[in-house]
Amino acid sequence: MPIVASLAKAVLLEAVRNRLLWLAAVVIVAAFGFAQFLNQVAITESREIQAALLAALLRVAAVFIVVTFVITSMVRESSDKVTELMLSLPAPRAIYFFGKFAGYAAVALILALLCALPLALFAHPGGLAIWAASLLCELLIVTAMSLFCVLSLTQVVPAFAAVAGFYLLSRSMAAMQIIAGAALQQPTLTDRVVNAIVELIALLLPALDRMTQTTWLLESAPGASTLGAIAGQTAIYLVLIGAAALFDLYRKNF
Amino acid sequence: MAERPIARVPRLVLALLALGLAAQIGLKASSPQPRAKAEDLPPAPSIAALRLAGFGEPVALAKALMLYLQAFDYQSGSKVPYRDLDYGRLEVWLARILELDPRGQYPLLAASRLYAEVPVEEKQRRMLEFVYRQFFVDPSRRWPWLAHAAAIAKHRLGDLPLARRYAAAIQRHATADDVPLWARQMEIFILEDMNELQTARIMIGGYIQSGKVKDPAELRFLDESLKRLEARMVGERGRK
Repeated sequence: MPIVASLAKAVLLEAVRNRLLWLAAVVIVAAFGFAQFLNQVAITESREIQAALLAALLRVAAVFIVVTFVITSMVRESSDKVTELMLSLPAPRAIYFFGKFAGYAAVALILALLCALPLALFAHPGGLAIWAASLLCELLIVTAMSLFCVLSLTQVVPAFAAVAGFYLLSRSMAAMQIIAGAALQQPTLTDRVVNAIVELIALLLPALDRMTQTTWLLESAPGASTLGAIAGQTAIYLVLIGAAALFDLYRKNF
Repeated sequence: MAERPIARVPRLVLALLALGLAAQIGLKASSPQPRAKAEDLPPAPSIAALRLAGFGEPVALAKALMLYLQAFDYQSGSKVPYRDLDYGRLEVWLARILELDPRGQYPLLAASRLYAEVPVEEKQRRMLEFVYRQFFVDPSRRWPWLAHAAAIAKHRLGDLPLARRYAAAIQRHATADDVPLWARQMEIFILEDMNELQTARIMIGGYIQSGKVKDPAELRFLDESLKRLEARMVGERGRK
């Protein structure tokens, strides 16, 4: 346990020294400024426009920051042979993974809270709390996926491309399922095969399209069951991706 | 560098992997299947917003939007799809897609062959009028959809004046060489159905005299039509 805590602390220290929090603050201020500008332009529903655009911008920015931080940090550590040094400690490889994940999860938590801060001016407190919790869940999934991809692919560009593809696909999978199932004629064999492949991919992806919805900020907050479903999905996906990453880590020769 | 054998992976990790995979598949399989309900069709964004969203690829965006639009209400389980759609919103969506990709035929095909086939006359007429308005933007390319609209007006709605209006538009504005004779002469046959034999006769005569028809087979066909009309007119006069 002390090793996990030390690794997590080192990650947090790296985030601070990389000026990640400053970057997050700059992004939030810029997004807030953009929302204020739109407020001047909008004729009506200015509060809704500000909240919706600010929330959408911050959601994507938080995901981008977390993914780039996790991938570049892990690749740098690997290039500097720090990974090998860490793995030479008298502890299982899983401890190294959990330590890193705990640190990145803490960064994700800080980012989720920072992103929720400016939205407090425009959104209902209940809806905002669920939005922030959901953003944290989304960031945790993305963090685990980034760790898995960077441990497997070991390079910045392939790992980043894989995570970006995963994120975009997860967010648009429901729309793709609808389109795939809307063949106008009697479905042919090709239609059925394509549909089955789309359904199979959908089974393996988390339902990110149901998470962190802007409507929660504008209308009434969703019930506890929504948050429960999101937490359940996050827990299951963290187990799946964490286990996949550990499987890869244990088989790796350094 | 060769990987270490699977035996080096702790059993707990393998068990967690299997458990996580099973739980994920179970969770997603038990979730309701995503469906696009008719009432969920949102208002179409402005053309400026769509151009911005297209990142300089308006044609690709138009194609994707058409597939997105088509999915609405098709899976509602109804044997008569699209009936519950808000046709006001639908029309704006179709117009936006045509603005993004003016050469694309899909929106007009969908308007005349899918959305105008619903058993709600008001909605049918709305789609037919949409096709009619859009026809004038590019008559030489878009006439097939207006011809289909004329057929729907005549056979489904039984509204011969409306069918004639569409047929007349094709006759006057679709002037490209590849527009077939049957499309250009649609108005004549609708006039015949409307019992406006004199007008039809004048139109055929004018058509023959204009010199636009050069194909002998077409000329023979028009000539026979003219004779048939005149015979009908004589017969009707005799009855009176």
